[in-house]
Amino acid sequence: MKLAYWMYAGPAHIGTLRIASSFKNVHAIMHAPLGDDYFNVMRSMLERERDYTPVTASIVDRNVLARGSQEKVVDNIVRKDKEETPDLIVLTPTCTSSILQEDLQNFVDRAQLDAQGDVMLADVNHYRVNELQAADRTLSQIVQYYINKARKNGDLPSGKTEKPSVNIIGMTTLGFHNNHDCTELKRLMVDLGIEVNEVIPEGASVHNLKNLPRAWFNLVPYREVGMMAAEFLQAELGMPYVNITPMGVVETARCLRAIAKVLNEQGANVNYEDYIDNQTRFVSQAAWFSRSIDCQNLTGKKAVVFGDNTHAAAMTKILAREMGIHVVLAGTYCKYDADWFKEQVSEYCDEILISDDNGAIGDAIARIEPSAIFGTQMERHVGKRLNIPCGVIAAPIHIQNFPVGYRPFLGYEGANQVVDLVYNSFTLGMEDHLLEIFGGHDTKEVITKGISADSDLNWHKEAQAELNKVPGFVRGKVKRNTEKFARDRGINEITLEVMYAAKEAVGA
Amino acid sequence: MTVAQEPQALDFECETGNYHTFCPISCVAWLYQKIEDSFFLVIGTKTCGYFLQNAMGVMIFAEPRYAMAELEEGDISAQLNDYEELKRLCLQIKRDRNPSVIVWIGTCTTEIIKMDLEGLAPKLEAEIGIPIVVARANGLDYAFTQGEDTVLAAMAQRCPTQAATEEEKEERNSIKKLLSFGKKKSETKEESEDKDRPPLVLFGSLPDPVVTNLTLELKKQGIQVSGWLPSKRYTELPVLQEGYYVAGVNPFLSRTATSLMRRRKCKLIGAPFPIGPDGTRAWIEKICSVFGVETTGLEEREAKIWESLEDYLKLIRGKSVFFMGDNLLEISLARFLVRCGMTVPEIGIPYMDKRYQKAELDFLQKTCQEMGVPTPKIIEKPDNYNQLQRIHEMQPDLVITGMAHANPLEARGINTKWSVEFTFAQIHGFTNARDILELVTRPLRRNNSLKDLGWDKLVKEEAKV
Repeated sequence: MKLAYWMYAGPAHIGTLRIASSFKNVHAIMHAPLGDDYFNVMRSMLERERDYTPVTASIVDRNVLARGSQEKVVDNIVRKDKEETPDLIVLTPTCTSSILQEDLQNFVDRAQLDAQGDVMLADVNHYRVNELQAADRTLSQIVQYYINKARKNGDLPSGKTEKPSVNIIGMTTLGFHNNHDCTELKRLMVDLGIEVNEVIPEGASVHNLKNLPRAWFNLVPYREVGMMAAEFLQAELGMPYVNITPMGVVETARCLRAIAKVLNEQGANVNYEDYIDNQTRFVSQAAWFSRSIDCQNLTGKKAVVFGDNTHAAAMTKILAREMGIHVVLAGTYCKYDADWFKEQVSEYCDEILISDDNGAIGDAIARIEPSAIFGTQMERHVGKRLNIPCGVIAAPIHIQNFPVGYRPFLGYEGANQVVDLVYNSFTLGMEDHLLEIFGGHDTKEVITKGISADSDLNWHKEAQAELNKVPGFVRGKVKRNTEKFARDRGINEITLEVMYAAKEAVGA
Repeated sequence: MTVAQEPQALDFECETGNYHTFCPISCVAWLYQKIEDSFFLVIGTKTCGYFLQNAMGVMIFAEPRYAMAELEEGDISAQLNDYEELKRLCLQIKRDRNPSVIVWIGTCTTEIIKMDLEGLAPKLEAEIGIPIVVARANGLDYAFTQGEDTVLAAMAQRCPTQAATEEEKEERNSIKKLLSFGKKKSETKEESEDKDRPPLVLFGSLPDPVVTNLTLELKKQGIQVSGWLPSKRYTELPVLQEGYYVAGVNPFLSRTATSLMRRRKCKLIGAPFPIGPDGTRAWIEKICSVFGVETTGLEEREAKIWESLEDYLKLIRGKSVFFMGDNLLEISLARFLVRCGMTVPEIGIPYMDKRYQKAELDFLQKTCQEMGVPTPKIIEKPDNYNQLQRIHEMQPDLVITGMAHANPLEARGINTKWSVEFTFAQIHGFTNARDILELVTRPLRRNNSLKDLGWDKLVKEEAKV
């Protein structure tokens, strides 16, 4: 048992659901108790999704506990197959089904007999993998399933596309800025004259998965999701992949060079050096920013970075290599993939922290006292407590991290965005600091006095106590309305009764 | 067409139970805030933790007095000793927070692996010297607000039978003192008659301002509330003796009511719930009638509240509202909204205790008759998929639903109100009737101001469910 208040990566089934609901016309059925369909709420709220999230639960209740699911799961699959005719139904185990140890594969096999669409059991174990690992696995599992199916049916297309082309693998729903990153990568590919063959899983149809082999190579922009699928495609079909995250100017260039190499090996004869040079020096603002006086002011400032592997590693490199910032500590919560992270960042920071205990990272921040933090929402709140600004660079994230405006983290526009994020975090810190030096602009007190100074009314102790329970941001309004109510009626003493009466009368 | 004299009977149905609601462990979110010296330990998995963390939003950052005892593979396969593990964590909690009570929330996992929390608790309690209350608020058995019911039912066992010493009493009566402070004697009825009546204890967790407010309303009628379950602190749980009267303030507290009746031998006052001015008046009247007290000024008071609501009532009169059902407040809210002039084609509800809610159901039926509207269909354990078909067919003016369906419905041009807000907003008593309507009318007011823009439907295909 572990005492925990907060977790960075969610449970395994969330990963599976993120993959399933990213595809078009794929439905996931969770084998879970009432209330575990919380994923739908997250997707509907955070992503502001217009469509019903294609996830339902086959409810595990007391009866299931006593007699097993029996026909229930099968019936639910077949029913959903009829109602919505999805291409694929993914039966998703949860922590509950992990312990019940029902033969879910058997349910899938039985349901497949009656269902028009495909039915599959997600191969994830709650106690062995987390959200990210499960997402990686499920994506790979679905890709394998449809490649193998096409092979069996003999309709796996042979040969590559005429022009160089790419599959972008790993874009998912609820992924950190994934939709903007996807747009940016597509633009980048257009610039490079590379056709985008397929993007998976976001917005893809499972029927198109058989076309994956037509691409010249696979691009896996995120470390966490997509590697297993890319490795499968390489092993089975000899497709090369590039898995350098194009985040930051230097890494974007490295990614493009890797792409050029992969394409040239297949006879494309491309050279992106001019493009890289032009983008770096004249189109993107990031390289120029590094050279500007603004950035000079940041030299040697201390920062702490924490997040998932992809973003924490890329951010550490950008801060240290491209902006001259002193990254005291870089950390990740992807414990299962710690070696990769260490290898990526070891030359760019003083310390490395591999932990999924937010207490540990909180303590480290308090000890180091950096000028800025780049982390998840949790680090943002640590920062609030310690008065240190924080830029959010990785999940877990809140609704404000799903911006409507265009905010990629990848590619050249992504580099611009990262500059703003970094610079804004630090200058805010600087501004606060200067305000403190110059005594601050504390107008708060004055304003309240101005509004309530004319109070000739007597507040009873209980009424005052009651008023103090009202949340601060409406307290002034409640007070004013109550006093107005009292004055209008010639009451000069405000008791609890008067407060309630005022509330009833004027909604104070 | 003849007008039937007999009130139209309520129509109950039961569907598949494939619906969306919050897991009952969410009750820790409001209960830890209510019971200030408590610590809630949820014994479950990452799934539970992830739910709490996401459902509680910013509260999680405010150093909450709740945590997960996250079960690992070793706990499931019994390689680790439950007792030793719980002891280690509870000692840590005692050291860091020193609470007056630790509430263990049992989850689906502890049910399935049959971890004997009720058996372990007394032993550990004796060993570490902190009371441990066990509530099995799991998704196998319960929905959302029923979590509070399981906690309060367990707490009911811990209420003292004897009044505390004078010194402690002083503290316990602080609320009474607070209420009588600064009030003219003539405003309230004489309290002398109180003495021969059995005391009244109210149950249900409400924000403190609402507790004060309801207590005051009863006091105006000369009824003294001797305590609340729960109170602000665990150490202030009310005295419960055989023959005490108890009354519920929320519709989802059936187990607590049963527990109070059967185990503590209290007498339950079955009344409609004090939600809406009609409900509040009926609630007070029922309590008064049990005590043989003639109410004064209630009718005028209710009328005045209704009058003050007129601006909101104008917006909703004649409109229809569909409850998908997820928090058990549905019957009371529907009854109030019918009185407001709305029609209710369907009330979905997770669980319907026809005995505990009897007075409320009768009141709903009576209200429908008086307002001349058809009685709603009450669907227990609804099926969200079927409900969406019905919603798309009947196009109600407002759907009260969970967040999972709210945005998709809005995108299809259907007004929605997020149901969870009703559990967190202050909705009880005369004073808060306005807050309920504030919630109910918000989508209508918002969409009124947008209606000329022609953006009603924001999905391309025909609404596909």
